[in-house]
Amino acid sequence: MVKERLYKLSAKELSDLMSKREISSYETVKDIAERMEEVETIVKSYITTNIYKAIAAARKIDKFIYKKKRIRGGKFIYRTKNIEPLTGIPIAVKDNITTKGIHTTCGSNILGNYKPIYDATVINKIKESNMILTGKTNMDEFAMGSSTENSSFWTTHNPWNLNNVPGGSSGGSAAAVAVGETPLALGTDTGGSIRQPAALCGVVGLKPTYGLVSRFGLIAFASSLDQIGPITRNVQDCALLLNIIAGHDSLDSTSVFKDKEDYTKYLKEDISGLKIGIIKELMGEGISNYVKGAVYKAINIFSSLGAFCEEISLPSLKFALSAYYIIAPAEASSNLARYDGIRYGLRAKKVKSFRSMYRKTRSQGFGDEVKRRIMLGTYALSRGYYEAYYLQAQKVRTLIINDFKKVFKKFDVLISPTTPSVAFKIGEKFEDPLTMYLSDICTIPVNLAGIPAISIPCGLKNNLPIGLQIIAPHFEEGLLIKTAYNFEKKFNFKLKPLYRKF
Amino acid sequence: MEFEIKIGLETHVELLTDSKMFCGCSTKFGTAPNTQTCPICLGHPGTLPVINKKAFDYTIKVALALNCKIANFTQFHRKNYFYPDLPKGYQISQYDLPIGLNGYLDIKLNSKVKRIGISRVHMEEDTAKLLHFGETGRISEATGSGLDFNRCGIPLLEIVSAPDIKNVTQAKAYVMLLKKILEYLEVSDCNMEEGKFRIDANISVKKLGDEYSKTRTELKNLNSFRFLEKGLSYEIKRQSEILNKSEKLYLETRHFDSKTMTTKSMRIKEEAQDYRYFPEPDLVPIEISRELVDEIKKTVPELPSIRTDRIKKQYDISDNDVEIITSTKSMADFFESCAKIYPYPKIISNWIIRDLLYLLNQEQIQIENCKISSEHLVDMLKMIDTGSISGKIAKSIFKEMFKTGKMPGDIVQEKGLEQISDIDKLTDIIEQVLKENPEIVTQYLSGKMQVFTFLVGQVMKKTKGKANPKLVNELLKKKLK
Repeated sequence: MVKERLYKLSAKELSDLMSKREISSYETVKDIAERMEEVETIVKSYITTNIYKAIAAARKIDKFIYKKKRIRGGKFIYRTKNIEPLTGIPIAVKDNITTKGIHTTCGSNILGNYKPIYDATVINKIKESNMILTGKTNMDEFAMGSSTENSSFWTTHNPWNLNNVPGGSSGGSAAAVAVGETPLALGTDTGGSIRQPAALCGVVGLKPTYGLVSRFGLIAFASSLDQIGPITRNVQDCALLLNIIAGHDSLDSTSVFKDKEDYTKYLKEDISGLKIGIIKELMGEGISNYVKGAVYKAINIFSSLGAFCEEISLPSLKFALSAYYIIAPAEASSNLARYDGIRYGLRAKKVKSFRSMYRKTRSQGFGDEVKRRIMLGTYALSRGYYEAYYLQAQKVRTLIINDFKKVFKKFDVLISPTTPSVAFKIGEKFEDPLTMYLSDICTIPVNLAGIPAISIPCGLKNNLPIGLQIIAPHFEEGLLIKTAYNFEKKFNFKLKPLYRKF
Repeated sequence: MEFEIKIGLETHVELLTDSKMFCGCSTKFGTAPNTQTCPICLGHPGTLPVINKKAFDYTIKVALALNCKIANFTQFHRKNYFYPDLPKGYQISQYDLPIGLNGYLDIKLNSKVKRIGISRVHMEEDTAKLLHFGETGRISEATGSGLDFNRCGIPLLEIVSAPDIKNVTQAKAYVMLLKKILEYLEVSDCNMEEGKFRIDANISVKKLGDEYSKTRTELKNLNSFRFLEKGLSYEIKRQSEILNKSEKLYLETRHFDSKTMTTKSMRIKEEAQDYRYFPEPDLVPIEISRELVDEIKKTVPELPSIRTDRIKKQYDISDNDVEIITSTKSMADFFESCAKIYPYPKIISNWIIRDLLYLLNQEQIQIENCKISSEHLVDMLKMIDTGSISGKIAKSIFKEMFKTGKMPGDIVQEKGLEQISDIDKLTDIIEQVLKENPEIVTQYLSGKMQVFTFLVGQVMKKTKGKANPKLVNELLKKKLK
């Protein structure tokens, strides 16, 4: 029997086969490695691959999975009866999450040579769960961007159409999942950086509630908005990965005390009677008609599943983008001050004083978009402008939080498009940052409010995926998984990127 | 011409916690450079701060002792600026919501009370230490510089006084009292040589009748009481002279040079530096509950001035001695724990001031680290009272206790120092001395009374000082009649 290529399988399918001892972790990783050889030079999802270490780790885990013991009657059985879900399963991690001894560049020249001396909390968690790190994925520099074009190294290509962007900033993670270079990935989301590339690559991306997943080891872009989350090929995998990464961490003061939940239990529930609000402000101007069309089709599917859908308005959302582009750069201007060439990372050569070392290092190390945002943020925090910009933006943030609170009294979840259009051409928006910023218009309000949201595929336009965003109140990830899973089953989206072998 | 002076003092105090403010690194002083660091205090990418609860509580304790209002709600801010000793490019500090606000400190000068306002008490993290290589250790002559991050992230208390201080004497009294209070609170060892208690001063001088201008000087590096005095005096003189010549003063930061005892301009500020303060997003704002404040209030000990007054009233000793005894909390504690178990406070204070302090100074150690406990001292005093040792022997026993920590009874036994009060034994020795010194006896009998002490001395010599002197006197007089 010719075995199907393993890279095509979801994490859950791989895990089930491993439990039945039909495949090994080694075979899985080996096939992923082969897939990388096939596509990586073209798609360029990874900045650093970790495949040799991954194979060694898989072999070690196989020893554990396949270890037998003799029982009465001289028969042998496997020592470990039930292996934990995701044991031996490969995972790719965005390059702004620290991995001890493995390059972590944040997509930036300034950290081009940086090898962290500690593992992020989420890395510890995936290691404890016996998952296998395949490598570190490409991203816009310091997660600032929506296309990976701001990566200091290269642009990742959308597997559905190589001329198009994969979205960003977690574009490498989304592309790798879509093209079969990993079944699972971690991304980070500050203004849409998980959901937007997930939508553009036709995969599932979840931004958890702020505080659900530890940020310790996540290289900060905007501390009050950043959150780590899963990028997967289906909702079930998303729930499995969230089970592993969620939970309080004493090293992160903003992480929340909350009982551990098994998110897979929500996969069993239906959504009849669910009250769904359609966000009016995100279904109007600036959103492509075909995207709106796909969302309306989704509404029909939800209705057919017994949910109740109604349009609602959150008037404050029209200020969200402006507020975001004050708060995020303000925090970034401070977060990125540590890259000074003194202790780690790039240090400019031929400098005369430490002041000139700062200037040259930062001028050489940072790309244009990062510099732009540092300047924006520095300006917004300056004396005389702080009240007019930063404080005002914080007030808008409060309004947005209140608006969401209000509508969640009436609705269980909200829906909107994830992005205004499908993946755009590489280079199309690169010279026009304002247009680029608009591609996050649907996702940004969620970060400002700190609530969770998921993006799932809901259609195609010119063989490019369209994403549907589902938004829930704080810590209602279960509700998101339930809603998304029911939709996914009914909609039956087929992942058909450029590589037909998939 | 007459001048008026306005001084405000900013004091930075390293708190006495085992670990740093935002990570678990040790705060131990004097270890090899960069041995007490971790990714967090080195500002590595991805790291986050977690507040040291003990440092936070200590700050509340200090604010309470300085009569501040404790905030119901407090928050940390980022103070942004670039310097190599600041690994994150910002210092986590406090801005508009400090832990303590609007307190005061009453200083006493010539038995008059002067109230100095405390504008704020807040906490922040210390920076790394820059070391300049080269013969002088000065930055201007350095061949290179190194960074020691051991100090980076140590919890630091900032206490800002109102500009209520009018002269150098008041400034010195304020700082001395503040230091004493912090020592009493046991929140810092305030070691100035180790930079754990640092003072910056803002000084503004104006002609009598003029308005104060904004041209104050910020004076740095006043790292001892003497430097504080010298620096302030120099600066007042310098500013007065400039005003006398009707020249212009600048808003500037000046550095006190302890070699020349003068101040040097570091930078003239056109306007105050913009630190772009904003709320630290990595730390959640903190509500300070009344319960917590009440709990911490219970840990605030009796403060120095109150204790000094009480001790003056409670014990029969001179005011001068009380001032010495209460100059540190540990000494006052020592005194009072002795006084509890021994009824003659004057004798206790004499021993502390004359003998204990002398030895402590000689050995350069603190009273809390010395081997003599109140039991040691009181046991010894009781032995003097019962006549089992002489006062003179006691001095040597005291030294021995200080050295070894042995109890006085044990020392007496070991060294056979017990006083001889046995009349028969003493009579024998006296007779022997009289036999050996017939001429002296003749001199005495012929009226030369002064030689009596010589004879006593001979008896003491024969008994190695152990003879009960009172008895020797009596017996000798009887024999010579």
